Amino acid sequence: MSATATLPVVNLQPKDYASDAEVRWCPGCGDYSILAQLKKVLSTLGRDPDRTVFISGIGCSSRLPYYLATYGVHGIHGRAPAIASGLRLVRQDLEIWVITGDGDGLSIGGNHLLHAIRRNLNIKILMFNNRIYGLTKGQVSPTSEINKKTVSTPYGSVGAMISPCSFALGCEATFVARSVDMIPNHLQYVLERAARHEGVAFVEIYQNCNIFNDGAFQHATDREIRDDNLIELSHGKALIFGRNQDRGIRLGSGYRPEVVRFGENGVSIYDLLIHDERAPAPALAFLLSRLQHPEYPEPIGVFRDVQAPIYDRLINEQIDRLTAEKGPGDLQKLMYGPETWEVRAGEEPVFHG
Amino acid sequence: MTQVTDQKVIHKPIEDLRRAIVRFAGDSGDGMQLVGTQFTNATAVLGNDLATLPDFPAEIRAPAGTLAGVSGFQINFASDEIHTPGDTIQTLVAMNPAALKVNLPDLEQGGHLIINTDAFTAPNLKLAGYASNPLDDGGLAGFHVHPVPMTKLTLEAVKETGLKHKDAERCKNFFALGLAYWLYDRPLEPTLKWMDAKFGQRPELRKANELALRAGYNYGNTTEVFQVHYRVRPARQEPGIYRKVRGNDATALGLMAAAWKAGKQLFYASYPITPASDILHELARHKNFGVRVFQAEDEIAAICAAIGAAYGGAFAATGTSGPGMALKTEGLGLAVMLELPLVVINVQRGGPSTGLPTKTEQADLFQAVMGRNGECPVPVLAARSPSDCFDTAFEAFRIAVRYMTPVIMLSDGYLANGSEPWRVPRLEDLPAIEVRHDYPAEGFQPYMRNERLARPWAIPGTRGLAHRIGGLEKEDVTGKVSYDPENHQRMVDLRARKVAGIVEMIPDQEVLGDPEGELLVVSWGGTYGSVRTAVEQVRQLGESVSHAHLRHLHPMPANLGDVLRRFRRVLVPELNLGQLCTLLRARYLVDARPFGKVKGKPFNVAELVERIDRALKGVE
Repeated sequence: MSATATLPVVNLQPKDYASDAEVRWCPGCGDYSILAQLKKVLSTLGRDPDRTVFISGIGCSSRLPYYLATYGVHGIHGRAPAIASGLRLVRQDLEIWVITGDGDGLSIGGNHLLHAIRRNLNIKILMFNNRIYGLTKGQVSPTSEINKKTVSTPYGSVGAMISPCSFALGCEATFVARSVDMIPNHLQYVLERAARHEGVAFVEIYQNCNIFNDGAFQHATDREIRDDNLIELSHGKALIFGRNQDRGIRLGSGYRPEVVRFGENGVSIYDLLIHDERAPAPALAFLLSRLQHPEYPEPIGVFRDVQAPIYDRLINEQIDRLTAEKGPGDLQKLMYGPETWEVRAGEEPVFHG
Repeated sequence: MTQVTDQKVIHKPIEDLRRAIVRFAGDSGDGMQLVGTQFTNATAVLGNDLATLPDFPAEIRAPAGTLAGVSGFQINFASDEIHTPGDTIQTLVAMNPAALKVNLPDLEQGGHLIINTDAFTAPNLKLAGYASNPLDDGGLAGFHVHPVPMTKLTLEAVKETGLKHKDAERCKNFFALGLAYWLYDRPLEPTLKWMDAKFGQRPELRKANELALRAGYNYGNTTEVFQVHYRVRPARQEPGIYRKVRGNDATALGLMAAAWKAGKQLFYASYPITPASDILHELARHKNFGVRVFQAEDEIAAICAAIGAAYGGAFAATGTSGPGMALKTEGLGLAVMLELPLVVINVQRGGPSTGLPTKTEQADLFQAVMGRNGECPVPVLAARSPSDCFDTAFEAFRIAVRYMTPVIMLSDGYLANGSEPWRVPRLEDLPAIEVRHDYPAEGFQPYMRNERLARPWAIPGTRGLAHRIGGLEKEDVTGKVSYDPENHQRMVDLRARKVAGIVEMIPDQEVLGDPEGELLVVSWGGTYGSVRTAVEQVRQLGESVSHAHLRHLHPMPANLGDVLRRFRRVLVPELNLGQLCTLLRARYLVDARPFGKVKGKPFNVAELVERIDRALKGVE
C-alpha cells in the first residue's frame, strides 16, 4: 500500500491551490506556466493542501512554495532534497515535492540531489532548467551550453554542460521525465505521472528565462519548428518524430543513435528503437537522455518508470520489525545499562549483573 | 568479590589506597582501549569513584611500534570523590618500547612500571628511538620496574586452545589486564561476562582470552615479581542505582529521554566524524525505541534533514565536531529564521581545520556563540562531565521546544570518550517537556508569539494551518516575506529578545567556596573536574579563592555579573586562547584574565594550582 495512495482526496479547483502571496516572477517567465500546470495537476489528483508540502532551495524557481496554499519551506541554496529527506523520514502521511533549479540542484546542491535520488526517497523533484543563474543576474550555470557569454564568462564559458536527466539516470532514479514550460498539456501529463510514482520522481522542465537567457529552448517551444526538434517518448512505441512523423532514431554501430528517414536506404519503422520506460537497467533511458539539439531531436516524456525499494519505507519497516521482535524499548532499562551497582545508605554497594 | 577458584590461594600483603591511577599503553593494535574499558567496568562495580582518559592516535593502525602509534588509557579510581583522570600515574603498563617512551614522563617517582619485555627487541627499540635498552641501561632508576615476558607467558597459557600463533599472541592484552586486576584487587567476573557476550560465536577465542586473563592474575599472585598488592575501597556515594557511562553514550540517552518525556519521535541525523560518531552508533542500535537515525551524505545534509524532521514535528538533533560545525553554520541560520526546535551537538576537538581529530579542546566557543552571518542568536550550553552530557542534552531539548529555537550543546573529546560513575535518574523524576501542535485555524499566523516570544510549532498535516516559511526575512506575525526596514529591525530585536529571555529558566550561577573574596576562577565545559580539584586544593591551604563553573554560555545566568564583581580578580582557565574570558570582559566589563592551554589534553591539576597561586599573588 503506497503512502500517497492513502492520502485523503479533496475536491478543489486549481485556483484554490493559490496562496494569497503576490507572484513576483518577471512578466513572461516560464515559471508562471509551470505554477499553473502544477495547480491543475494538484486539483486533478485531488491533493489535500494540508497534506502537501513543497520544499525549495534558492533561486527564481525556489520561490514557488510561497505561491501555493499548501505547507511550504523556502530553504537554503541546494539543500531542499536534504530538508525533504528529514521530513519524509518522520512523516509518511504527506506528499512532498522538491522545487529546484539547474544551479540550485546541479551546482551547489548536487550532492544532496545525488543522494536523495540514489536512496529512492518517496519525494517528487521538479528541476526548472533555464540554463542560467537568473536570481543572481545572469551567470553561467552547469546546464549552460559551452562557450556561453555571460556576465561571469564574458569571453565564453569553457566548462562542459551537464544534462539533468543524464545525471538523474546516472543516479538510477526510478522515475525520470522531461517536459517543457510552454507545452502545457504535456507538462500536466508528466507532472501527474511523477505524482503517481512511488519512490523518487525526477522531472526536468525546460523553462525560459526571458530576461537573462531568452530563447534558450526556442527549438523546443517554437510551434513552427518544435516537432522537428522534439521526440515524444511513449512506452512500447517506436522513436518517431518530425512534423510529418517521417523520421526516427535507430541504433547504429557502436551504440551510436542515428537519425533516419523512413523510405530512405530501405529504412522502415521496424528498424527504429522501441522505447521501454520499464526496462530494469537504465541504459536505454540514459542513451536517450544524451540526444541533444541540434544533432538530434530531444526526447520529452518519461525516460524511466520502474519500482525499487523505497528508503523511507524500508526505515519504517525496519523499525516496525525490530519493535515486533524485541518489543518496544524500555528506556529506563536502557539507561541502567548492562551493569549497575546499587548504593544504600550505610551499606557496601551491591553489584547487579 | 574476587573469586579465582582454580589456583592455589596465596596471601600476599594487601595495602589500602585512597586513590590509584593506572595507565595502559601499547601499540594502537594492542587493544589498550579495550583493556582500559574492562578495567573501568570492574572498578565501577566495586563502587569506586572514577574518571578515565583514553588517548589514542587518529590513525586506525599507525605503523606498528612507532611513537605515533601509541595508544593509552588512563583511569583514576578512589574511595573518595574525584573529578579528574589524574595528573601523574602510579602504575604504567607498557606493552612496547614506544609506549614506554611516550608515557614514562607521566609516571610518578617510585611508580610501578610493568613492562612486556618480549617487545623490547632491537627493531622495536630502534623504532622508539632508544639508542640502548632502557631495561638494561639504568634509564628506569627511581621506578619499581616489573619486567614480565608477557608474550611468552600468554602463548604458554593459551597453548591448549590450539590457536594460531598470531591469534594467540593477540591475547596478551588480557594477560596485562589480569595482572592489573591482581595488583589492584579487582573482580574478574565483569570481564568474563563480557567475554561470554563478545566471543559467543568463537568459543576458542573466549577460552584463550580467559586463559590469558587468569594467567596474568595468577602471575601476580604467585611469582616473586610482585611483593604487595592494593585495595581501593568503595567511595561513599549518594544512595541510588549507578552505572559507568561515557559522555557520548550519556548524550545519546539524554536525547532519547527528552523525546520520551514529550511522547515524541527522536530523529538524529549525522555524518561520521571523530569524536562525535559514537552518538550516531549508540542511537542507531535503538530502533525498537522508534529512534530514526539518518547517516546523511554530508554535514550540511545532516542539519538540513534535522530541520526537515523538526518541521514535521519530531524531536530532531544533529551531532558533529568542529569542522562539521563549520559546515552546519548556514543550516543553523535557517533554523534560527524558521524558529524550529533543534539540538546541534558539537563534540569539540583540536582545531582549526582538521586539526587534532582525537584530541580535546574548547576552542569552538566563539563559533557557537557568534559564528553565523547576520544577527543570529542561538542558545549555547556545555556539559561539564561525561554523565552531565545526559542532563545537558535533555536540557537542550527543553529549551529548544519551549522557545522554538535551535540550541547548541558543546561537549568535547575528553567528555565524549571519558567515563565516570553515573547515578541513573528515574525517568519519572525528570522535568516534563510539553509540546503543542494544534492551534485554532481562526486567526492563526505562523509567526504569532506567546509570552515567551515563541512561535507556534504548527506542523504539516494539521487541518487549516497550511503556511509557508523560509529563510527570507519574515513579516512580524504573518511570516510573509518582508523587506521592510522597520520590520527587519523589529524581527532582529524579537529573535534576540526571545533567546535572551531564556535566562528565566536558567538557575542562578552557583559559586564553590566563598561568595566573595580575592580570586574567582571561572570555567566552562569539560575542564570542570580539574578546575574544581585545583580550587579545592588551594582553598585547603587557606587561600581566598572560589570557583564558578558555567553551563549556560548564551544567555548567561542573570546573576553572573554580580558574582564576578564580588571578587578582586577573575581567572578564566580554558582549553583555548581565552574565548570565555573575552566574552566575560565584553559583557560585564570585569578585568578577567585568561589562562589558555591548547595541547590537545585536559588541564593538569598541578598546572592550575600553580597558575591560581600566581593569580593570588597578582603575578601574570
